[in-house]
Amino acid sequence: MNVNISTRFIRIWQRNLTVYKESWKVNFLPPLLEPLFYLLAFGIGFSGMINSVSYASQEVSYVRFIAPSLVAINIMNNAFFENTFGSFVRMYYQKTFDAMMATPLNAEEIITGEIVWGATKAAIGTVIMLIVISFFGLVSYPAGFLIVFAAFLGGIAFGSVAMLFTSKVARIELFNLPIFLFITPMFLFSGTFFPITGLPLWAQYFALVLPLTHLVNLVRALSFGLFNSEALIGFCYLIAFCLVMFPLAILKMRDRLIK
Amino acid sequence: MPDINETQPVIAACNIKKSFGAFTAVDDISFSVDKGMCFGILGPNGAGKTSTIRMIYGFSPLTSGDIFVFGLDIKKLYRKIKARIGVCQQENTLDPDLTVMQNFEVFARYFNIDRKTAVERASSLLKYFALEQRRHARATELSGGMVRRLVIARALINQPELLILDEPTTGLDPQSRHQVWERLENLKKQGITILLTTHYMDEAEHLCDNLVIMDRGKILAQGSPQSLISEYTGENIIEVAEPEDDLRTFSREKKVRQEDLGHRLIIYAENGHELYREICGRFTHKSCILRSATLEDVFLKLTGRELRE
Repeated sequence: MNVNISTRFIRIWQRNLTVYKESWKVNFLPPLLEPLFYLLAFGIGFSGMINSVSYASQEVSYVRFIAPSLVAINIMNNAFFENTFGSFVRMYYQKTFDAMMATPLNAEEIITGEIVWGATKAAIGTVIMLIVISFFGLVSYPAGFLIVFAAFLGGIAFGSVAMLFTSKVARIELFNLPIFLFITPMFLFSGTFFPITGLPLWAQYFALVLPLTHLVNLVRALSFGLFNSEALIGFCYLIAFCLVMFPLAILKMRDRLIK
Repeated sequence: MPDINETQPVIAACNIKKSFGAFTAVDDISFSVDKGMCFGILGPNGAGKTSTIRMIYGFSPLTSGDIFVFGLDIKKLYRKIKARIGVCQQENTLDPDLTVMQNFEVFARYFNIDRKTAVERASSLLKYFALEQRRHARATELSGGMVRRLVIARALINQPELLILDEPTTGLDPQSRHQVWERLENLKKQGITILLTTHYMDEAEHLCDNLVIMDRGKILAQGSPQSLISEYTGENIIEVAEPEDDLRTFSREKKVRQEDLGHRLIIYAENGHELYREICGRFTHKSCILRSATLEDVFLKLTGRELRE
Protein backbone atom coordinates (compact mmCIF):
# COMPACT_ATOMS: atom_id res chain seq x y z
CA MET A 1 0.00 0.00 0.00
CA ASN A 2 1.51 3.30 -1.02
CA VAL A 3 1.57 6.45 1.03
CA ASN A 4 -0.92 9.06 -0.08
CA ILE A 5 -0.87 12.46 1.59
CA SER A 6 -2.93 15.33 0.18
CA THR A 7 -3.16 18.88 1.52
CA ARG A 8 -6.30 17.74 3.32
CA PHE A 9 -4.07 17.13 6.36
CA ILE A 10 -4.74 20.83 7.02
CA ARG A 11 -8.23 19.79 8.16
CA ILE A 12 -6.81 17.87 11.11
CA TRP A 13 -4.52 20.78 11.90
CA GLN A 14 -7.54 23.10 11.80
CA ARG A 15 -9.48 20.83 14.12
CA ASN A 16 -6.71 21.00 16.71
CA LEU A 17 -6.41 24.75 16.28
CA THR A 18 -10.16 25.12 16.91
CA VAL A 19 -9.80 23.18 20.15
CA TYR A 20 -6.65 25.13 21.12
CA LYS A 21 -8.45 28.44 20.62
CA GLU A 22 -11.25 27.24 22.91
CA SER A 23 -8.85 27.39 25.86
CA TRP A 24 -6.16 29.74 24.58
CA LYS A 25 -5.84 31.53 27.91
CA VAL A 26 -4.76 28.33 29.60
CA ASN A 27 -2.60 27.36 26.64
CA PHE A 28 -0.78 30.70 26.63
CA LEU A 29 0.15 30.56 30.30
CA PRO A 30 2.94 27.93 30.36
CA PRO A 31 5.16 29.53 27.67
CA LEU A 32 4.52 32.90 29.28
CA LEU A 33 5.30 31.96 32.87
CA GLU A 34 7.82 29.16 32.51
CA PRO A 35 10.69 31.33 31.20
CA LEU A 36 9.94 33.89 33.89
CA PHE A 37 10.22 31.26 36.63
CA TYR A 38 13.47 29.89 35.22
CA LEU A 39 15.00 33.31 34.65
CA LEU A 40 14.04 34.30 38.16
CA ALA A 41 15.50 31.14 39.68
CA PHE A 42 18.68 31.06 37.60
CA GLY A 43 19.09 34.77 37.08
CA ILE A 44 18.78 35.72 40.73
CA GLY A 45 19.32 32.47 42.60
CA PHE A 46 22.23 31.16 40.55
CA SER A 47 23.96 34.28 39.36
CA GLY A 48 25.83 34.72 42.63
CA MET A 49 27.52 31.35 42.08
CA ILE A 50 28.14 31.48 38.34
CA ASN A 51 29.29 34.76 36.91
CA SER A 52 29.63 33.88 33.29
CA VAL A 53 29.92 31.03 30.83
CA SER A 54 32.21 31.00 27.88
CA TYR A 55 30.34 30.58 24.62
CA ALA A 56 31.66 31.10 21.07
CA SER A 57 34.93 32.46 22.47
CA GLN A 58 33.24 35.14 24.52
CA GLU A 59 32.14 35.37 28.12
CA VAL A 60 28.34 35.55 28.38
CA SER A 61 26.06 35.83 31.41
CA TYR A 62 24.55 32.58 32.66
CA VAL A 63 21.04 33.84 32.02
CA ARG A 64 21.95 34.72 28.45
CA PHE A 65 23.38 31.22 28.09
CA ILE A 66 20.34 29.31 29.33
CA ALA A 67 17.57 31.48 27.83
CA PRO A 68 17.82 29.78 24.39
CA SER A 69 17.93 26.38 26.15
CA LEU A 70 14.60 27.15 27.75
CA VAL A 71 13.17 27.91 24.32
CA ALA A 72 14.58 24.68 22.88
CA ILE A 73 13.31 22.60 25.82
CA ASN A 74 9.90 24.16 25.41
CA ILE A 75 9.89 23.20 21.72
CA MET A 76 10.77 19.62 22.59
CA ASN A 77 8.18 19.35 25.35
CA ASN A 78 5.37 20.97 23.39
CA ALA A 79 5.77 18.72 20.38
CA PHE A 80 6.56 15.57 22.34
CA PHE A 81 3.65 15.87 24.76
CA GLU A 82 1.22 16.90 22.03
CA ASN A 83 1.98 13.85 19.89
CA THR A 84 2.19 11.38 22.77
CA PHE A 85 -0.47 12.16 25.37
CA GLY A 86 -2.51 14.48 23.13
CA SER A 87 -2.59 12.23 20.09
CA PHE A 88 -3.10 9.11 22.20
CA VAL A 89 -6.13 10.60 23.93
CA ARG A 90 -7.62 11.60 20.57
CA MET A 91 -6.91 8.19 19.08
CA TYR A 92 -7.75 5.90 22.01
CA TYR A 93 -10.21 7.64 24.28
CA GLN A 94 -11.98 10.22 22.13
CA LYS A 95 -12.10 8.16 18.90
CA THR A 96 -11.42 11.37 17.01
CA PHE A 97 -9.34 9.55 14.40
CA ASP A 98 -12.07 6.93 13.90
CA ALA A 99 -14.52 9.69 13.04
CA MET A 100 -12.00 11.21 10.62
CA MET A 101 -11.38 7.88 8.93
CA ALA A 102 -15.06 7.76 7.92
CA THR A 103 -14.62 10.99 5.95
CA PRO A 104 -12.53 11.59 2.81
CA LEU A 105 -9.43 11.87 5.05
CA ASN A 106 -7.01 8.96 5.25
CA ALA A 107 -4.69 7.70 7.98
CA GLU A 108 -1.57 9.35 6.54
CA GLU A 109 -3.25 12.74 6.53
CA ILE A 110 -4.44 12.31 10.09
CA ILE A 111 -0.91 11.50 11.29
CA THR A 112 0.64 14.32 9.25
CA GLY A 113 -1.95 16.78 10.54
CA GLU A 114 -1.21 15.75 14.11
CA ILE A 115 2.57 16.12 13.76
CA VAL A 116 2.31 19.44 11.92
CA TRP A 117 -0.05 20.63 14.63
CA GLY A 118 2.43 19.63 17.37
CA ALA A 119 5.12 21.63 15.56
CA THR A 120 2.76 24.58 15.23
CA LYS A 121 2.00 24.49 18.92
CA ALA A 122 5.73 24.46 19.61
CA ALA A 123 6.14 27.48 17.32
CA ILE A 124 3.30 29.37 19.03
CA GLY A 125 4.89 28.70 22.41
CA THR A 126 8.23 29.86 21.05
CA VAL A 127 6.79 33.16 19.86
CA ILE A 128 5.33 33.82 23.30
CA MET A 129 8.59 32.89 25.04
CA LEU A 130 10.64 35.02 22.69
CA ILE A 131 8.48 38.03 23.49
CA VAL A 132 9.03 37.46 27.21
CA ILE A 133 12.79 36.91 27.12
CA SER A 134 13.33 39.71 24.60
CA PHE A 135 12.22 42.12 27.31
CA PHE A 136 15.32 41.07 29.20
CA GLY A 137 17.47 41.69 26.15
CA LEU A 138 18.35 38.03 25.79
CA VAL A 139 17.77 37.68 22.03
CA SER A 140 19.56 39.38 19.12
CA TYR A 141 17.39 40.41 16.20
CA PRO A 142 16.77 40.00 13.29
CA ALA A 143 18.44 36.54 13.54
CA GLY A 144 16.15 35.85 16.51
CA PHE A 145 13.13 35.71 14.20
CA LEU A 146 14.57 32.57 12.64
CA ILE A 147 14.12 30.81 15.98
CA VAL A 148 10.41 30.47 15.11
CA PHE A 149 11.36 28.42 12.04
CA ALA A 150 13.80 26.40 14.12
CA ALA A 151 10.91 25.74 16.50
CA PHE A 152 8.77 24.38 13.69
CA LEU A 153 11.60 22.17 12.44
CA GLY A 154 12.36 20.93 15.96
CA GLY A 155 8.64 20.41 16.50
CA ILE A 156 8.40 18.13 13.47
CA ALA A 157 11.45 16.20 14.72
CA PHE A 158 10.21 15.63 18.27
CA GLY A 159 6.60 15.20 17.15
CA SER A 160 7.62 12.43 14.77
CA VAL A 161 9.52 10.56 17.52
CA ALA A 162 6.55 11.06 19.81
CA MET A 163 4.19 9.64 17.19
CA LEU A 164 6.47 6.63 16.85
CA PHE A 165 6.02 5.94 20.57
CA THR A 166 2.27 6.52 20.23
CA SER A 167 2.13 3.87 17.53
CA LYS A 168 3.59 1.35 19.99
CA VAL A 169 2.28 1.94 23.50
CA ALA A 170 -0.63 -0.15 24.73
CA ARG A 171 -1.55 2.10 27.65
CA ILE A 172 -1.12 5.79 28.25
CA GLU A 173 0.93 5.24 31.44
CA LEU A 174 3.69 3.70 29.35
CA PHE A 175 4.65 7.13 28.00
CA ASN A 176 6.46 7.59 31.31
CA LEU A 177 9.15 5.31 29.95
CA PRO A 178 10.30 7.43 26.97
CA ILE A 179 9.92 10.53 29.13
CA PHE A 180 12.18 9.06 31.80
CA LEU A 181 14.70 7.52 29.42
CA PHE A 182 14.66 9.98 26.53
CA ILE A 183 13.23 13.38 27.45
CA THR A 184 14.67 13.87 30.96
CA PRO A 185 18.30 12.94 30.06
CA MET A 186 18.12 15.27 27.08
CA PHE A 187 16.68 18.03 29.23
CA LEU A 188 19.77 17.79 31.46
CA PHE A 189 22.66 16.76 29.22
CA SER A 190 22.16 18.45 25.86
CA GLY A 191 24.21 21.54 26.61
CA THR A 192 21.13 23.08 28.14
CA PHE A 193 22.27 24.21 31.60
CA PHE A 194 26.02 23.84 31.11
CA PRO A 195 28.18 23.52 27.97
CA ILE A 196 28.64 19.91 26.88
CA THR A 197 32.41 20.50 27.04
CA GLY A 198 31.90 20.13 30.78
CA LEU A 199 31.08 16.45 30.22
CA PRO A 200 33.61 13.59 29.88
CA LEU A 201 34.57 12.95 26.27
CA TRP A 202 32.41 9.83 25.81
CA ALA A 203 29.40 11.71 27.16
CA GLN A 204 30.12 14.58 24.78
CA TYR A 205 29.93 12.19 21.83
CA PHE A 206 26.74 10.74 23.21
CA ALA A 207 25.23 14.19 23.61
CA LEU A 208 25.94 14.86 19.94
CA VAL A 209 23.63 11.96 19.00
CA LEU A 210 20.70 13.54 20.83
CA PRO A 211 18.39 15.81 18.84
CA LEU A 212 17.96 18.33 21.65
CA THR A 213 21.72 19.10 21.61
CA HIS A 214 21.40 20.23 18.03
CA LEU A 215 18.22 22.16 18.58
CA VAL A 216 19.84 23.95 21.53
CA ASN A 217 22.92 24.73 19.42
CA LEU A 218 20.80 26.11 16.62
CA VAL A 219 18.53 28.21 18.84
CA ARG A 220 21.45 29.49 20.91
CA ALA A 221 23.46 30.54 17.85
CA LEU A 222 20.44 32.35 16.43
CA SER A 223 19.73 34.09 19.73
CA PHE A 224 23.29 35.48 19.61
CA GLY A 225 22.86 36.39 15.95
CA LEU A 226 25.57 33.89 14.97
CA PHE A 227 25.50 31.67 11.89
CA ASN A 228 28.31 29.37 12.98
CA SER A 229 29.15 25.78 12.16
CA GLU A 230 27.22 24.54 15.22
CA ALA A 231 24.09 26.20 13.88
CA LEU A 232 24.63 24.73 10.42
CA ILE A 233 25.31 21.24 11.77
CA GLY A 234 22.30 21.52 14.05
CA PHE A 235 20.08 22.57 11.17
CA CYS A 236 21.33 19.73 8.93
CA TYR A 237 21.02 17.19 11.75
CA LEU A 238 17.38 18.17 12.40
CA ILE A 239 16.50 18.02 8.70
CA ALA A 240 18.05 14.54 8.44
CA PHE A 241 16.34 13.46 11.65
CA CYS A 242 12.95 14.55 10.25
CA LEU A 243 13.60 12.82 6.94
CA VAL A 244 14.03 9.53 8.79
CA MET A 245 11.58 9.86 11.65
CA PHE A 246 8.62 11.46 9.90
CA PRO A 247 8.11 8.70 7.29
CA LEU A 248 8.74 6.10 9.98
CA ALA A 249 6.08 7.67 12.19
CA ILE A 250 3.61 7.68 9.29
CA LEU A 251 4.22 4.01 8.48
CA LYS A 252 4.12 2.72 12.07
CA MET A 253 1.17 4.81 13.12
CA ARG A 254 -0.75 3.83 10.00
CA ASP A 255 -0.30 0.19 10.98
CA ARG A 256 -1.91 1.01 14.28
CA LEU A 257 -4.81 3.04 12.89
CA ILE A 258 -5.81 0.76 10.05
CA LYS A 259 -7.49 -2.35 11.36
CA MET B 1 -20.33 13.05 -10.81
CA PRO B 2 -22.16 10.40 -12.84
CA ASP B 3 -25.62 9.45 -11.66
CA ILE B 4 -26.14 6.02 -10.26
CA ASN B 5 -27.69 3.75 -12.77
CA GLU B 6 -31.08 2.71 -11.38
CA THR B 7 -30.29 -0.94 -11.85
CA GLN B 8 -26.79 -0.73 -10.43
CA PRO B 9 -26.60 -1.65 -6.75
CA VAL B 10 -25.37 1.03 -4.33
CA ILE B 11 -23.21 -1.56 -2.62
CA ALA B 12 -21.91 -4.72 -4.27
CA ALA B 13 -19.75 -6.92 -2.03
CA CYS B 14 -18.22 -9.88 -3.85
CA ASN B 15 -16.54 -12.69 -1.93
CA ILE B 16 -15.19 -10.36 0.70
CA LYS B 17 -12.93 -11.67 3.40
CA LYS B 18 -11.27 -10.04 6.41
CA SER B 19 -8.65 -11.80 8.50
CA PHE B 20 -6.78 -10.58 11.57
CA GLY B 21 -3.81 -12.93 11.76
CA ALA B 22 -5.22 -16.43 12.09
CA PHE B 23 -8.70 -15.19 12.96
CA THR B 24 -11.16 -14.78 10.11
CA ALA B 25 -13.73 -12.12 11.00
CA VAL B 26 -15.51 -12.11 7.65
CA ASP B 27 -15.35 -15.30 5.66
CA ASP B 28 -16.01 -14.96 1.95
CA ILE B 29 -19.43 -13.34 1.86
CA SER B 30 -21.32 -11.62 -0.96
CA PHE B 31 -24.36 -9.38 -0.99
CA SER B 32 -25.71 -6.31 -2.69
CA VAL B 33 -27.81 -3.37 -1.63
CA ASP B 34 -30.15 -1.59 -4.04
CA LYS B 35 -30.76 2.13 -4.18
CA GLY B 36 -33.30 3.46 -1.68
CA MET B 37 -33.35 0.26 0.35
CA CYS B 38 -32.70 -0.22 4.02
CA PHE B 39 -30.40 -3.20 4.35
CA GLY B 40 -29.65 -4.84 7.68
CA ILE B 41 -26.73 -6.94 8.83
CA LEU B 42 -27.80 -8.97 11.85
CA GLY B 43 -25.74 -11.22 14.00
CA PRO B 44 -24.64 -11.95 17.55
CA ASN B 45 -21.60 -10.23 19.04
CA GLY B 46 -18.47 -11.14 17.11
CA ALA B 47 -20.38 -12.24 14.01
CA GLY B 48 -18.35 -9.94 11.75
CA LYS B 49 -20.92 -7.17 11.27
CA THR B 50 -18.66 -4.26 12.14
CA SER B 51 -15.73 -5.72 10.18
CA THR B 52 -18.00 -5.99 7.15
CA ILE B 53 -19.22 -2.41 7.20
CA ARG B 54 -15.76 -1.07 8.01
CA MET B 55 -14.58 -2.55 4.73
CA ILE B 56 -17.50 -0.91 2.93
CA TYR B 57 -16.73 2.59 4.19
CA GLY B 58 -13.05 2.25 3.50
CA PHE B 59 -11.86 2.04 7.11
CA SER B 60 -10.42 -1.47 6.84
CA PRO B 61 -8.64 -2.86 3.80
CA LEU B 62 -10.06 -6.10 2.41
CA THR B 63 -8.07 -9.30 2.87
CA SER B 64 -9.60 -10.52 -0.38
CA GLY B 65 -12.62 -9.91 -2.58
CA ASP B 66 -14.09 -6.73 -4.04
CA ILE B 67 -16.44 -4.01 -2.92
CA PHE B 68 -18.05 -1.53 -5.25
CA VAL B 69 -19.94 1.41 -3.79
CA PHE B 70 -21.90 3.53 -6.30
CA GLY B 71 -20.17 1.32 -8.86
CA LEU B 72 -16.74 2.58 -7.74
CA ASP B 73 -13.96 0.33 -6.47
CA ILE B 74 -13.37 1.00 -2.75
CA LYS B 75 -9.71 0.03 -3.07
CA LYS B 76 -9.00 2.73 -5.62
CA LEU B 77 -11.63 5.43 -5.26
CA TYR B 78 -12.16 5.41 -1.49
CA ARG B 79 -11.97 9.20 -1.28
CA LYS B 80 -14.73 9.73 -3.85
CA ILE B 81 -16.86 7.10 -2.15
CA LYS B 82 -16.33 8.43 1.35
CA ALA B 83 -17.34 11.92 0.20
CA ARG B 84 -20.76 10.53 -0.73
CA ILE B 85 -21.52 8.42 2.34
CA GLY B 86 -22.38 9.18 5.95
CA VAL B 87 -21.12 6.90 8.69
CA CYS B 88 -22.41 6.56 12.22
CA GLN B 89 -19.97 4.41 14.13
CA GLN B 90 -20.76 2.26 17.13
CA GLU B 91 -18.81 4.32 19.66
CA ASN B 92 -19.49 7.93 20.40
CA THR B 93 -17.01 9.69 18.12
CA LEU B 94 -18.19 13.22 18.86
CA ASP B 95 -15.47 15.67 19.69
CA PRO B 96 -15.76 16.18 23.46
CA ASP B 97 -13.52 19.26 23.30
CA LEU B 98 -16.11 21.10 21.19
CA THR B 99 -19.69 22.31 21.29
CA VAL B 100 -22.50 20.74 19.28
CA MET B 101 -22.28 23.39 16.56
CA GLN B 102 -18.48 23.25 16.43
CA ASN B 103 -18.72 19.50 15.99
CA PHE B 104 -20.65 20.13 12.78
CA GLU B 105 -18.30 22.85 11.57
CA VAL B 106 -15.15 20.81 12.18
CA PHE B 107 -16.67 17.68 10.67
CA ALA B 108 -17.88 19.60 7.60
CA ARG B 109 -14.32 20.79 6.99
CA TYR B 110 -13.20 17.17 6.67
CA PHE B 111 -15.44 17.09 3.58
CA ASN B 112 -14.20 20.47 2.32
CA ILE B 113 -17.62 22.00 2.93
CA ASP B 114 -17.41 25.75 3.45
CA ARG B 115 -18.40 27.26 6.75
CA LYS B 116 -21.56 29.04 5.58
CA THR B 117 -23.00 25.89 4.02
CA ALA B 118 -21.98 23.87 7.08
CA VAL B 119 -23.78 26.20 9.48
CA GLU B 120 -26.91 26.22 7.30
CA ARG B 121 -27.02 22.45 7.03
CA ALA B 122 -26.17 21.96 10.70
CA SER B 123 -29.00 24.27 11.75
CA SER B 124 -31.58 22.36 9.75
CA LEU B 125 -30.19 19.01 10.91
CA LEU B 126 -30.33 20.10 14.54
CA LYS B 127 -33.92 21.12 14.02
CA TYR B 128 -34.74 17.84 12.33
CA PHE B 129 -33.23 15.83 15.18
CA ALA B 130 -34.79 18.00 17.90
CA LEU B 131 -31.43 19.24 19.18
CA GLU B 132 -31.85 22.92 18.41
CA GLN B 133 -31.73 24.04 22.02
CA ARG B 134 -28.44 22.27 22.58
CA ARG B 135 -26.43 23.85 19.75
CA HIS B 136 -24.07 25.61 22.15
CA ALA B 137 -23.84 22.76 24.64
CA ARG B 138 -20.60 20.81 25.00
CA ALA B 139 -20.76 17.38 23.41
CA THR B 140 -19.98 15.90 26.83
CA GLU B 141 -23.11 17.42 28.37
CA LEU B 142 -25.55 15.46 26.21
CA SER B 143 -27.59 12.41 27.20
CA GLY B 144 -27.09 9.05 25.47
CA GLY B 145 -30.10 9.55 23.21
CA MET B 146 -28.98 13.04 22.21
CA VAL B 147 -25.44 11.83 21.48
CA ARG B 148 -26.77 9.16 19.15
CA ARG B 149 -29.06 11.59 17.34
CA LEU B 150 -26.22 14.06 17.05
CA VAL B 151 -23.84 11.44 15.62
CA ILE B 152 -26.47 10.54 13.01
CA ALA B 153 -27.13 14.21 12.28
CA ARG B 154 -23.41 14.86 11.89
CA ALA B 155 -23.15 11.93 9.46
CA LEU B 156 -25.67 13.76 7.23
CA ILE B 157 -23.65 16.99 6.94
CA ASN B 158 -22.31 16.00 3.50
CA GLN B 159 -25.82 15.08 2.27
CA PRO B 160 -24.85 11.44 1.73
CA GLU B 161 -26.53 9.13 -0.74
CA LEU B 162 -25.74 6.18 1.51
CA LEU B 163 -25.97 6.19 5.29
CA ILE B 164 -24.10 3.49 7.21
CA LEU B 165 -25.07 2.91 10.83
CA ASP B 166 -23.30 0.53 13.20
CA GLU B 167 -25.76 -0.46 15.94
CA PRO B 168 -27.54 2.91 15.91
CA THR B 169 -29.76 2.31 18.93
CA THR B 170 -27.63 0.17 21.25
CA GLY B 171 -27.99 1.42 24.81
CA LEU B 172 -30.90 3.78 24.14
CA ASP B 173 -34.16 3.93 26.05
CA PRO B 174 -37.36 2.98 24.16
CA GLN B 175 -38.34 6.61 23.58
CA SER B 176 -34.99 7.45 22.03
CA ARG B 177 -35.00 4.28 19.94
CA HIS B 178 -38.36 5.07 18.43
CA GLN B 179 -37.29 8.62 17.76
CA VAL B 180 -34.21 7.37 15.91
CA TRP B 181 -36.30 4.87 13.96
CA GLU B 182 -38.76 7.53 12.89
CA ARG B 183 -35.95 9.76 11.61
CA LEU B 184 -34.35 6.90 9.73
CA GLU B 185 -37.65 5.98 8.11
CA ASN B 186 -38.03 9.56 6.96
CA LEU B 187 -34.53 9.61 5.52
CA LYS B 188 -35.33 6.46 3.61
CA LYS B 189 -38.43 8.13 2.18
CA GLN B 190 -36.16 10.90 0.95
CA GLY B 191 -34.33 8.29 -1.10
CA ILE B 192 -31.24 7.71 1.05
CA THR B 193 -29.97 4.15 0.99
CA ILE B 194 -29.37 2.83 4.50
CA LEU B 195 -27.08 0.05 5.66
CA LEU B 196 -27.28 -0.82 9.32
CA THR B 197 -26.05 -3.44 11.72
CA THR B 198 -28.03 -4.38 14.78
CA HIS B 199 -28.71 -7.19 17.17
CA TYR B 200 -32.19 -5.93 17.89
CA MET B 201 -34.59 -8.00 15.86
CA ASP B 202 -37.51 -5.63 16.28
CA GLU B 203 -35.31 -2.87 14.89
CA ALA B 204 -34.48 -4.92 11.81
CA GLU B 205 -38.11 -5.98 11.37
CA HIS B 206 -39.18 -2.37 11.71
CA LEU B 207 -36.65 -0.75 9.38
CA CYS B 208 -35.14 -3.24 6.95
CA ASP B 209 -36.45 -4.15 3.52
CA ASN B 210 -33.79 -6.77 3.20
CA LEU B 211 -31.27 -8.28 5.55
CA VAL B 212 -28.63 -10.90 6.10
CA ILE B 213 -28.13 -12.88 9.27
CA MET B 214 -24.43 -13.42 9.95
CA ASP B 215 -22.57 -15.62 12.37
CA ARG B 216 -18.88 -16.45 12.67
CA GLY B 217 -18.10 -14.46 9.55
CA LYS B 218 -20.60 -16.24 7.30
CA ILE B 219 -24.04 -15.32 5.99
CA LEU B 220 -26.59 -17.82 7.26
CA ALA B 221 -29.70 -16.44 5.63
CA GLN B 222 -30.74 -13.57 3.42
CA GLY B 223 -34.10 -12.06 2.50
CA SER B 224 -36.85 -9.73 3.65
CA PRO B 225 -37.92 -10.09 7.31
CA GLN B 226 -41.24 -11.66 6.25
CA SER B 227 -39.70 -14.09 3.79
CA LEU B 228 -37.16 -15.21 6.38
CA ILE B 229 -39.90 -15.79 8.93
CA SER B 230 -42.00 -17.88 6.59
CA GLU B 231 -38.96 -19.76 5.31
CA TYR B 232 -37.40 -20.65 8.66
CA THR B 233 -40.16 -20.71 11.26
CA GLY B 234 -43.59 -20.54 9.69
CA GLU B 235 -46.26 -18.09 10.71
CA ASN B 236 -46.92 -19.09 14.28
CA ILE B 237 -45.06 -20.29 17.31
CA ILE B 238 -46.53 -22.40 20.07
CA GLU B 239 -44.49 -22.24 23.25
CA VAL B 240 -45.16 -24.80 25.95
CA ALA B 241 -43.56 -24.43 29.37
CA GLU B 242 -42.60 -27.63 31.24
CA PRO B 243 -43.83 -29.99 28.51
CA GLU B 244 -44.86 -33.53 29.47
CA ASP B 245 -43.50 -36.60 27.75
CA ASP B 246 -46.78 -37.50 26.08
CA LEU B 247 -46.84 -34.07 24.44
CA ARG B 248 -43.36 -34.71 23.11
CA THR B 249 -44.52 -38.05 21.70
CA PHE B 250 -47.55 -36.34 20.21
CA SER B 251 -45.61 -33.60 18.50
CA ARG B 252 -43.05 -36.07 17.16
CA GLU B 253 -45.85 -38.15 15.67
CA LYS B 254 -47.38 -35.03 14.16
CA LYS B 255 -43.99 -34.36 12.52
CA VAL B 256 -44.15 -30.64 13.30
CA ARG B 257 -41.00 -28.51 13.22
CA GLN B 258 -39.95 -28.05 16.81
CA GLU B 259 -37.16 -27.23 19.16
CA ASP B 260 -36.93 -28.93 22.56
CA LEU B 261 -35.17 -26.80 25.17
CA GLY B 262 -35.92 -29.21 28.02
CA HIS B 263 -38.04 -27.01 30.21
CA ARG B 264 -39.65 -25.41 27.15
CA LEU B 265 -40.93 -26.80 23.87
CA ILE B 266 -41.11 -24.52 20.86
CA ILE B 267 -43.28 -25.63 17.96
CA TYR B 268 -43.08 -23.87 14.60
CA ALA B 269 -46.35 -24.02 12.72
CA GLU B 270 -47.69 -22.67 9.44
CA ASN B 271 -51.21 -22.21 10.67
CA GLY B 272 -50.99 -22.87 14.36
CA HIS B 273 -54.50 -22.19 15.61
CA GLU B 274 -55.82 -25.71 15.17
CA LEU B 275 -52.72 -27.33 16.58
CA TYR B 276 -52.78 -24.92 19.51
CA ARG B 277 -56.37 -25.83 20.38
CA GLU B 278 -55.54 -29.49 20.13
CA ILE B 279 -52.53 -29.20 22.43
CA CYS B 280 -54.41 -27.10 24.95
CA GLY B 281 -57.33 -29.48 24.91
CA ARG B 282 -55.46 -32.74 25.18
CA PHE B 283 -52.57 -31.84 27.45
CA THR B 284 -52.61 -29.82 30.62
CA HIS B 285 -49.83 -27.29 31.06
CA LYS B 286 -48.70 -24.52 33.31
CA SER B 287 -48.37 -22.28 30.29
CA CYS B 288 -49.05 -22.75 26.64
CA ILE B 289 -49.10 -19.76 24.31
CA LEU B 290 -49.69 -19.14 20.64
CA ARG B 291 -47.98 -16.16 19.07
CA SER B 292 -46.84 -14.83 15.71
CA ALA B 293 -43.33 -15.81 14.74
CA THR B 294 -40.80 -13.00 14.79
CA LEU B 295 -37.39 -12.42 13.35
CA GLU B 296 -35.99 -13.21 16.78
CA ASP B 297 -37.23 -16.79 16.40
CA VAL B 298 -35.47 -17.05 13.04
CA PHE B 299 -32.35 -15.53 14.53
CA LEU B 300 -32.18 -17.88 17.49
CA LYS B 301 -32.97 -20.85 15.32
CA LEU B 302 -30.11 -20.01 12.97
CA THR B 303 -27.48 -18.78 15.37
CA GLY B 304 -28.27 -21.03 18.33
CA ARG B 305 -29.02 -20.14 21.91
CA GLU B 306 -25.67 -20.40 23.63
CA LEU B 307 -24.10 -17.27 25.02
CA ARG B 308 -21.47 -15.38 23.02
CA GLU B 309 -18.24 -13.62 23.99
